[in-house]
Amino acid sequence: MTIKDAIHALQTKKFSSKELVQGCLDQIQKYDNHLHAFLTVDDKNALSGAENADSLLHQGIKKPLLGIPIALKDLFSTNQLRTTAGSKIIDNYIPPFDASVVTKLKDAGAIVIGKTNEDAWGHGSSGENTDYEPTRNPYDTTRVPGGSSSGAAVAVAAGMSLAGTGTDTGSSVRLPAAFCNLVGIKPTYGRVSRYGILSMASSFDTIGHMTKTVYDNALLSEVTAGFDTKDATTVDVPVPSYTQALGNKVRGIRIGIPKEYFEAQGMQKEIQETIQAAMKDFESLGIQFKEISLPHTSYAMACYYILVPSEVSSNLARYDGVRFGHSRNQFGAEAKRRIMLGTHALSAGYYDAFYKKAAQVRTCIKNDFEEAFKQVDVMMMPSSPTIPFKIGEKTSDPLSMYLSDIFLCPVNIAGIPGLSVPCGFVGTLPVGIQIVGPQFSEEQLYVLADAYEKINTWYTQVPNMKAI
Amino acid sequence: MTNTYEPVIGLEVHVELKTNSKMFCGCPADHFGKIPNTQTCPVCLGLPGALPVPNKRAIDWCIKLGLALNCTIPKESKFDRKNYFYPDLAKGYQISQYDKPLCVNGWMQINERKIRIRRVHQEEDTGKLQHTIVNNERLTLVDFNRCGVPLVEIVTDPDFHTIDEVDQYVKKLQRIIRYLDISNADMEKGSMRLEPSISVRPVGIVALPNYRVELKNINSFRFVRKAIEYEINRQSEMLDKKETIVQQTRGWNESKNVTLPQREKEEAHDYRYFPEPDIPPMQFTDEFVGSIRKQIPELPDEKKQRLMEKYTVSEGTAEILTQSIPLADYFEQMVAMSQISATVLANALVNQSVDIQHVRPEEFLDSINKKQEEKHVDSGLVMIAIETVLTSNLKAVEDYKKGKTTVLMYLVGMVKRELKGKGDATIIEQELKKRLV
Repeated sequence: MTIKDAIHALQTKKFSSKELVQGCLDQIQKYDNHLHAFLTVDDKNALSGAENADSLLHQGIKKPLLGIPIALKDLFSTNQLRTTAGSKIIDNYIPPFDASVVTKLKDAGAIVIGKTNEDAWGHGSSGENTDYEPTRNPYDTTRVPGGSSSGAAVAVAAGMSLAGTGTDTGSSVRLPAAFCNLVGIKPTYGRVSRYGILSMASSFDTIGHMTKTVYDNALLSEVTAGFDTKDATTVDVPVPSYTQALGNKVRGIRIGIPKEYFEAQGMQKEIQETIQAAMKDFESLGIQFKEISLPHTSYAMACYYILVPSEVSSNLARYDGVRFGHSRNQFGAEAKRRIMLGTHALSAGYYDAFYKKAAQVRTCIKNDFEEAFKQVDVMMMPSSPTIPFKIGEKTSDPLSMYLSDIFLCPVNIAGIPGLSVPCGFVGTLPVGIQIVGPQFSEEQLYVLADAYEKINTWYTQVPNMKAI
Repeated sequence: MTNTYEPVIGLEVHVELKTNSKMFCGCPADHFGKIPNTQTCPVCLGLPGALPVPNKRAIDWCIKLGLALNCTIPKESKFDRKNYFYPDLAKGYQISQYDKPLCVNGWMQINERKIRIRRVHQEEDTGKLQHTIVNNERLTLVDFNRCGVPLVEIVTDPDFHTIDEVDQYVKKLQRIIRYLDISNADMEKGSMRLEPSISVRPVGIVALPNYRVELKNINSFRFVRKAIEYEINRQSEMLDKKETIVQQTRGWNESKNVTLPQREKEEAHDYRYFPEPDIPPMQFTDEFVGSIRKQIPELPDEKKQRLMEKYTVSEGTAEILTQSIPLADYFEQMVAMSQISATVLANALVNQSVDIQHVRPEEFLDSINKKQEEKHVDSGLVMIAIETVLTSNLKAVEDYKKGKTTVLMYLVGMVKRELKGKGDATIIEQELKKRLV
């Protein structure tokens, strides 16, 4: 069910918010033992919240998300509700405050149904780096759902929630969206407040969400985007009404195809074919494609895996076991790996060769995108070079795991927005296409994706829950 | 033997700003004597996800201090993270400034020399550890009230060569800070903290020694002198014995009056500085810096010079009068209200410790007038008293005539006693001299 349909049903009294929330809880009860989407289910508060929403609905009060159940990635601080970051280090941490985005969602009437599983601290692309049980992909439970916002994606795909929030530092909203047949937004850096979201790499982290449709996604962005006095990196740029823009004309929009991405090694033939079919559909909408070049693409992953661990090593320093949480030796392997990498890259004698050099490369990559956006309005590329891979397939080889993000990380390096949209299936497995635009072009991305979704309603293909 | 060596001293001074709120959150910055951990929030506790938002007033004040210390204000500045572990450091790093401080290349005039000020930068204070016993258990508790209080660091070049220079610099710096009204700069309460770096070299050598010893735990002007003196002697003796002095951090132990080693160079931290990603870089226009410059009041040196010229008070008196802006203002108000000469008023103000917060200038003037009246004695009475004293102290008179001039003051005292404490000592002395010729 989409949020749009649910809002209509709530307003026309087809069902109550309580019934809707109970339906989600039932779904969790039924399938989550196997799928592992949730780390904490807040059923009591969700139900009382739904009752409250029903009484407001009854009074005719209007709020954009009134009575809609949502699932929050466990990096979002929630007042009096356990927040673990998918790690065991702080498995007993209960925040005394809500993240700014959580406050906004609650104020908009949304009901927090629970906190979702993830690669611990957001470190990962498959969900397997959780310190708990790895989340499974409902389209094929032997496969990964993509990460790091793995649980939030699966919660939506499996009908346990109508929306899932995530953070995207390198791919963490867009990859699970692509692997779970969802729309996933990575907004412009500074568009959405990071206050209260556990930091992974502060200069890369963005706050996004996953939904079934473009409209739903645009609706949530209208709520979460905007300047926040508690986050000095948010930008005071007005937030347009994304939902109202949907339907605007797309004919004549120029889309760039970065040649370096299509030359990338390791791209599966089936992905290439699915993407090409999608591009044909975009062409039918009157869109022009143009080949462009992002010359520094081959340095992107190296740049990312120096700068991100550097910030990670510093951001994880506060988990020292002095005031809360457990001792540092309980960090998982991936967190330890990144702490070591980052500490090394920042150390005296290595800083210039690693951190400083990577920061310079970051500027080059940013400039690549800026140059390209002089020729085209947006860019398009696959969200992933492969279909969802098997659980365990890449865990022994971190480098090949890192390469699943090869089309997504550069977008975080440049701080621009990217939207992953379902664009077909390989067998029963979903494929996503990514649309990337210049800073603050979210509206344009939604308009384009919405036009495509109108001719290809891939989101209606839900996983076969009977097989789970 | 120590006189064959010359000390080379540099100084780092930390000053807590008295802004209303902390450096990166809304908690009160005034932490002294407050109940532990009552002035904290997710930001200064470093709770997961909390983010710092810089205090604009603190940054303005840091720039103001930099300007008062003749610094240049670069157009761009930024915050950096200084990474290290300590239980009183909530985030595992301190937000400080590394390669782009707010203020650079200043100086302070000390006697005939200019002490170069390398940088003035903005950072945050840490929490405080309390070693205590609770239920018979030895515990270390952390009070985070001080965590995140705005802290300004002022760093000089190694330009000091005497303890007096250091002493004068620190006192003048404190005075400037109080003039700017940006901190109480109180050493006992820890709102001003000093860390001298000391090395010694044979006189005549120009190059800097290849080591330095950093001193910590100094919380009064008296201890600055004592600690530096101790350290110069210690190092000079070591050089005499041809021993190698290692680079280290030492702490001043005030009960033993010695410095004791705290940390060797090999244990020195690698702070892994990098740009603070949670705070965008800052840009300053000339207009902005100009507007801060306009807020700087007349500074101690200028004020002292002006008082000396305008009121012909001595340098020593002017030095005391310019201890604080309120005291200097008090003096100038008295001068404006009275016919009595400015020098007399200045001396009265300096010699009698007046509580200027509670005694109004006109009240104090009244008391001066009254005293002058009381002192006044008819000159005839003075002459009678002198005659009385001279006839009853013939031995003293004889001694004086033999050249033992020191008895003069004794005779003055006797005359004053005869006059029951009244009379002007200067006039009595003059009259006595005339009579004794």
